[in-house]
Amino acid sequence: MPIAMPNLIPVMPELVMTGVAIILLMAELVIKRKETLGFLSLISVGLISYLLLGSAGTTFGGMFVSDGYSTFFKLIFMANLVLTVLISPKYLQTMRINFGEYYALTLFATLGMMLMASAADIIVLYLGLELMALSTYVLAGFIRYDMKSNEAAIKYLLLGAFASAILLYGTSLIYGLTGTTNLRDIAVYITHNGLAKNPLLMVSMIFFAVAFSFKIAAVPFHMWAPDAYEGAPTPITAFMSVGPKAAGFAVLGRVFLVAFGSVKTDWSVILIPIAVLTMAIGNILALSQTNIKRMLAYSSIAHAGYMLLGIIAGTPAGISSVLNYMFIYAFMNIGAFAIVIMLRTEGFAGEDISDYEGLGKTHPTAAALMLVFMFSLTGIPPMAGFMGKFYLFMSAINAGYTWIVIVAVLFSAISAYFYLRIVMLMYMKEPKEVIQLNTSPGIGLALAVTVSAVILIGILPAKVLALAQQAVTSF
Amino acid sequence: MLQQLFFGYYAFMIIILSLLVVTRGNPVHSVMWMLLLFFHIAGLYLFLNAEFIAAIQVIVYAGAILVLFLFVVLLLNLREELSLRQIAGSWPAAFFIVAALFITVTAALGAYVQGPVGSYSIEAIRSETHTKALGRLLYTEYLFPFEIASLILLVAVVGAVVLAKRKLRS
Repeated sequence: MPIAMPNLIPVMPELVMTGVAIILLMAELVIKRKETLGFLSLISVGLISYLLLGSAGTTFGGMFVSDGYSTFFKLIFMANLVLTVLISPKYLQTMRINFGEYYALTLFATLGMMLMASAADIIVLYLGLELMALSTYVLAGFIRYDMKSNEAAIKYLLLGAFASAILLYGTSLIYGLTGTTNLRDIAVYITHNGLAKNPLLMVSMIFFAVAFSFKIAAVPFHMWAPDAYEGAPTPITAFMSVGPKAAGFAVLGRVFLVAFGSVKTDWSVILIPIAVLTMAIGNILALSQTNIKRMLAYSSIAHAGYMLLGIIAGTPAGISSVLNYMFIYAFMNIGAFAIVIMLRTEGFAGEDISDYEGLGKTHPTAAALMLVFMFSLTGIPPMAGFMGKFYLFMSAINAGYTWIVIVAVLFSAISAYFYLRIVMLMYMKEPKEVIQLNTSPGIGLALAVTVSAVILIGILPAKVLALAQQAVTSF
Repeated sequence: MLQQLFFGYYAFMIIILSLLVVTRGNPVHSVMWMLLLFFHIAGLYLFLNAEFIAAIQVIVYAGAILVLFLFVVLLLNLREELSLRQIAGSWPAAFFIVAALFITVTAALGAYVQGPVGSYSIEAIRSETHTKALGRLLYTEYLFPFEIASLILLVAVVGAVVLAKRKLRS
C-alpha cells in the first residue's frame, strides 16, 4: 500500500521543538553548566518563532491546522517559555534542583500546548493536553525534598487525571452521536442532522466545559490551583499560570466556536455561571491570603473569569479580546512572579505578603516594578491590563451581556484591594528586616521585557489588538 | 438479549470491582481486586470484537503493570496506611453529585441517535483481522496522534527518572 508523505510544513515548528527537546535531554549528560541548556532552548525559540510565521496550512488529514488563531497562541507560549527560562536558573541553583531535565520538560510542556492550539481533531487535542499536563506535573514536583512541592504535584496529577477522564467521556458521547472526532465535521453533522436540541449533545458539552474549566482553573474546578501554585517551584508557577491556561482557552475557543458553534445559546448557559462564580470566588478568596503565591493563584483564577467573558460573547471581537488579554496577562503575571523569585534567597522563602513591607525603601527598583505589575493586574490605566480588560468588557457589552460586565467590574474593583495592599505595604510601611535580593542577568532581562511590554501595550494597545483581530479572521 | 446480558454483567462487575479497589484498607487487597477488574475490562473488549486490545489488556495491564504494583506494595511499609480511613469525610456530598450526574446522563441517553457507521464493520475487521486493521490505521490515518503518544511515554520515563532516581542536592 503506498503511503503518501504528509505535508510537514505546518508542523515544522512542532517538529523542531521535539528535536530540540530530545537533543537537550541528551546534551544534559555532557553539559555541566545547566544554564547552557536554557540558553540553547532560547535560541530554539527564536528559530521556532521564525518557522511559525510561514507555517499556515492543514495537514495529517485535517487533524492538525496551523492558522492565525493557533499562531497567535503559539506566540504566547513562546513568550511564556522564554520568560520562564530567563527567570529559572538562579532559582534552581538556590533551591539546589539544578537538573538539565527541567529545560527539556518545559519544552515538552510547551510542545503539548502548541499541539492543543493547533488541534482540529479531538484525539490530537487530548494527546496534546496529556503531553502538556504530564510534563507540568513532573515540573510541579521538581523540588523532591519539599513536601509542599510533592503535594502540589500529586494534587495536580489527581485532579488533572479526573479532568482527562471527563474530557474522554464527553468525546465518547460526541463520537457516538456524530461518528467523527474532527471538529469541523462535528459542526457540519450537528447542523445537517438537527442534533442541536439533543440532550445528549448538551451533556457532552457540559463534560467538555468541565474538563476545560479544570485546565483554566475556573470555579468550581479550581481547587487544585492554590495548592499546586504554592508548592511548585516559583518559575514553574509562573509557567503554569500562563501556559496551560492559555492552552485551555485555545481549545475552549476552538471546540466551542467551531464544533459547537451552531448551539452557542446552549453552551453560553453553561459558561455564564462558571464565569461569574470564577470572578467572585477568585477575587474574594484572594483577599484573605497571606502567601503571595497563593494570592497570585486566586488572582489567576479571577483572570480566567474575565477572559471567559470574551468566549461567552462569542463574536470575533470577543475572541480577539481574549487573545489580546492572554498576551498581556502573560507579561504582567510572569513579571510579578519574577519579583517573587528575586525575594527568595537561601534559607528565606520571601513568600509572605508581609515580607514586602518597606521594599520601597530597601529596594526601590524592585518595588517600582512590582507596582507596575500590580497596577496592571488591577487594571489601572495606563498599564496594559487596563486596555485588556477594556476590550474584553466592551466586546461582552456589544454582544448583549451588560449585566455580566457590571458584575465583572464590581469584582474587579474588589481585586484592587489585594493588589494595592502590596503596593501599600511596600511604600507605606517601615522595613522589618533587610531583605537581600537574589538577582541575575536573566531575571533582569525578563523584568525589562515584561515591564516594557506592560507599559508599551498600555500606551499603544492598537498593535497587539490588530494582530489578535487578524488572527481571528482565519478562524 | 444475550448481548445485553453479557454487557450488563461486565458493566456491573466493573463498577463493583472499581468500588472494591478504592475502598479496601489493605493495598494488597486493592491490587488483587484491580487484577479482576482488568480481566473484566478485557472481557468488554472481547465483546466489542477487539480481541487484540483484549489480549494487550491482559498481557500488559494484568500481566506486567499489576505485578509491578504488587512489588511496590510489598516493598513499602504499610503499617500506617492500614489504619487510615478509606473514605473521606464529605462522601454524602460526593454521593449526591454522582447520583445527580448518573440520573442526568441516564435521562439524556434516551435521546441517543446512532451516528454514521464507519467503514470498519465487524465483517470488514474479520476479513482483514483485527491486529492488521489496527496497525494499518495507526501508521496511516492516525500516524500523527500515534507519534504524540510516543512523546507522552518519553515524558513519563523522563519524569519518573527525575522524580525518583536523581540524586538530591547536587
